[in-house]
Amino acid sequence: MLLNIKNLHVAINGKEILKGLNLSVNKGEVHAIMGPNGTGKSTLAAAITGRENYDITKGEIIYDGETINDMAPDIRANKGIFLSFQYPVEIPGVSMTNFMRTAINAQREFNGLEAIPAGEFLKKMEEMKKLVDINTKLTKRSVNEGFSGGEKKKNEIFQMAMLEPKLAILDETDSGLDIDALKVVARGVNELRSTDNAFVVITHYQRLLDYIVPDFVHVMYDGRIVKSGGKGLAFELEEKGYDWIIDQEDE
Amino acid sequence: MSESKNENILDQVTNEEYKYGFYSDIEMDMAPKGLTEETIRFISAKKNEPDWLLEFRLKAFRYWQKMEEPDWALISHPPIDYQDIIYYAAPKKKKELESLDEVDPELLDTFNKLGISLEEQKMLAGVAVDAVIDSVSVKTTFQDTLAKHDIIFCSFSEAVQNHPDLVKKYLASVVPVTDNYFAALNSAVFSDGSFCYIPKGVRCPIELSTYFRINAANTGQFERTLLIADEGGYVSYLEGCTAPMRDENQLHAAVVEIITMDDAEVKYSTVQNWYPGNKEGKGGIYNFVTKRGLCKGKNSKISWTQVETGSAITWKYPSCVLHGDNSVGEFYSVAVTNNYQQADTGSKMIHQGKNTKSTIISKGISAGKSNNSYRGMVRIGRKAENARNFSQCDSLLLGDQCGAHTFPYIKSANETAVVEHEATTSKISEEQLFYCQQRGIDMEKAIGLIVNGYAKEVLNKLPMEFAMEAQKLLAITLEGSVG
Repeated sequence: MLLNIKNLHVAINGKEILKGLNLSVNKGEVHAIMGPNGTGKSTLAAAITGRENYDITKGEIIYDGETINDMAPDIRANKGIFLSFQYPVEIPGVSMTNFMRTAINAQREFNGLEAIPAGEFLKKMEEMKKLVDINTKLTKRSVNEGFSGGEKKKNEIFQMAMLEPKLAILDETDSGLDIDALKVVARGVNELRSTDNAFVVITHYQRLLDYIVPDFVHVMYDGRIVKSGGKGLAFELEEKGYDWIIDQEDE
Repeated sequence: MSESKNENILDQVTNEEYKYGFYSDIEMDMAPKGLTEETIRFISAKKNEPDWLLEFRLKAFRYWQKMEEPDWALISHPPIDYQDIIYYAAPKKKKELESLDEVDPELLDTFNKLGISLEEQKMLAGVAVDAVIDSVSVKTTFQDTLAKHDIIFCSFSEAVQNHPDLVKKYLASVVPVTDNYFAALNSAVFSDGSFCYIPKGVRCPIELSTYFRINAANTGQFERTLLIADEGGYVSYLEGCTAPMRDENQLHAAVVEIITMDDAEVKYSTVQNWYPGNKEGKGGIYNFVTKRGLCKGKNSKISWTQVETGSAITWKYPSCVLHGDNSVGEFYSVAVTNNYQQADTGSKMIHQGKNTKSTIISKGISAGKSNNSYRGMVRIGRKAENARNFSQCDSLLLGDQCGAHTFPYIKSANETAVVEHEATTSKISEEQLFYCQQRGIDMEKAIGLIVNGYAKEVLNKLPMEFAMEAQKLLAITLEGSVG
């Protein structure tokens, strides 16, 4: 099992957001996490990646056989956990190319490898840029600076392709994307899917799941996963909305 | 800035203590502690100076005695006891040196520790180095190349002996002895420094650099630098500093003067890394510097680029007097303060000629409990038709115990002038750090990356030799400042 989350409770400033969440993800699987706004989907992503101020008050996150509750975020990243951010931040003055190389070399150093040779790096950049339809000019610009919403999201998938994570979490990657960009992003993800990695796709809408077809769909409500099923569940949600699940839950 | 440079910098970030905190034990030839006319006569005699220069010093001294230390800067320190300072210390010269082999091995060792092997620099960098340890210059290199172009580049003392007319003509012509307290003090007691003269129409083919270094306990360092670019001349001059770790506060009051004639250009770049004191704010250099350039001729240009990471206190305002019509002044600065460091730095652009242009780009970075102020003045004279200035002052804060301040002064006496001022204050956000960490980049490297990105506009103005060192310094200076 690649990711095993057991009875996870997470609080921000003392306020409990996740209230006993369980989730198991195996290699080769794609899991969709759906649910209304404010139910803790992004908090789950933050807890798995180790963001500051997301306090795990109870439970365990086991990744690749190791409890990572207290592990620094950069170590988690170097062990293969990747987050495609909902709102990628701008870093003025730091070119995408430089940023990417710094990240790749951090990962290589972590794995006891030498820094990536310039030629190999550039070749990989070219390859992955094509995968997500990224303009060469974009990688010369500062990280996310002046990128459109769609470009930012493509850029996240581009970074994912470059870093080849074992576990990729896509947090609302479809929000703010037009249909063409959505297709490009989905194509990127599908290309990267393999039996060695897994994806957790957090989304509010079913739309993305037309293109990234999940093996499992989970519905989150009030800090817990309240319903799980196959891809059919997504269609059901699309049709009926979340209310019927919430009603069941609140009864 | 190339990507690989960034890489190297980040790779080299380590947790070591102030790297250049050592001192070499060279036999010293010292003046007694304290400052009197006798001290000045001693210095002047030691240097075998002509009478006019002794008179110059004495005049400055007498003036200085009547002055009071300025208190307008946003800095604080215990009173400086000017009588408790040794004003002259020189490595004992046994005989004239012909080659590096004859240089005191300990001195060479010091250079090696600093990573400034003269030989290596000679071969690899193509940089002529006039290395100053304490007060007396050791052998200069590349003199032959420079001689071919009739460029004079030597220690200030040598210039006094060999080119007295030039020195006499230009010394204090930009920074008068009465200019300010520290300039007056320097004029009285300066021990050595560099002198450079670029003749008419000559573009200096190599970057000139000088390494200054404070090396003896309780010795103030008072350099005097004079750079003249005659009509159509060009030179890029690099100044870099490191100093050994000491507990006593050490006073440093340098004066740099630049003069450019018609169509001449001088680029002056500094990386300042004097010992900043320890984490508790003990020790560190007091750095009170007066740097000013005079664009005397038409179409001339003076550029100051500085990366200030060191010193307990930095008090420094590299300025340009734009006298010649169409002359251009530039000031690019990155000032970093951490722990208890205090920096009050900026620039003055004095527009006198028509169509004069100036640019000020200042990037302040404060961390720890430090204070970082930008103080600048743009003055447009009555006759400065169509003068133009653009100033941008950005402050970046790391943590919530440091301070950033901006004090811009604008005075315009000509209505055709256009003066623009922009200022921003920002923080390294948790989001930015987390974004980097999520990509596997650890906290220290992330800070280095973000800070170098922030300062890029200025770092890009530095010559290659310095850009790398500067990037490294930024990262090292800010180690442990967040998280």
